[in-house]
Amino acid sequence: MRDDDADLVHRLRAGDEAAFAALVRRYQAQLVRLASTFVPSRAVAEEAVQETWLGVVRGIERFEGRASVRTWLFRILVNQARTAGVREHRSIPLDLGDEAAVPPGRFDGSGEWAAPPAPWTDEVEARLDATALAGRLADLLPELPPAQRQVFTLRDVEGMSAAEVCEVLDLTEGNQRVLLHRARSRLRGMLEAQMGKV
Amino acid sequence: MLFRRRRALACRQAVELMTDYLEGALPRRDQARFEAHLAECPHCSEYLAQIRDVIAAGGHLEPDDLPPEAVDDLVTLYRTWRTGG
Repeated sequence: MRDDDADLVHRLRAGDEAAFAALVRRYQAQLVRLASTFVPSRAVAEEAVQETWLGVVRGIERFEGRASVRTWLFRILVNQARTAGVREHRSIPLDLGDEAAVPPGRFDGSGEWAAPPAPWTDEVEARLDATALAGRLADLLPELPPAQRQVFTLRDVEGMSAAEVCEVLDLTEGNQRVLLHRARSRLRGMLEAQMGKV
Repeated sequence: MLFRRRRALACRQAVELMTDYLEGALPRRDQARFEAHLAECPHCSEYLAQIRDVIAAGGHLEPDDLPPEAVDDLVTLYRTWRTGG
């Protein structure tokens, strides 16, 4: 937890407007990004985030500092976004089911690659640039099922720890890992198809 | 268990273990077996590199720029909330 988060919360308790503005600048974009994985439109996502800030202001007295400020903030957001998602008929119960990382047809009868992945390298054998892939990835994220997108966003985009993600999204560690695995597998497959390297 | 003890890991099983491996969640013997497979399989090694590329790309995603008025609007709202609005 960033030390100055606690400081900002302390000042916010005293009604410091500049502290509120600082928290908004620090977290607004990330909150909207996560809210967007719960609801169909950016406008609804921004409303959910606005409700989150209201919840923060009203709930600041009750914040005990046991969780980090960020975890607390994102938990409020998830509750708001889930409520909004239900209103927008987007709430889908978590049903993990079965999902292969790679279509079975890519392997032969003994489980070895029949159609192996072509290398993601350029003409001089260097790995493709992460920023170039990032642009493609941004467009592919909305294709993921919401729960997978949420875990990938918090783990691999926002860089949260597994423990914090479990707390924010109210997931078991096992479920969180399955969702992360599927998200990464799907994104890899979509990028591969997009690059015409299947 | 996704694979039998007496046989080496098959690629089809290895691709399902990628995240467990990166999370450090594989039991030690399974991790050794997984790494032994990677050492012999350039295809699964490439696949793991691609998963790492996906993770790295995720870390490079910039959130949409925050328009300055977004902060101002919220601060204005904050004032009304504080006065019991």
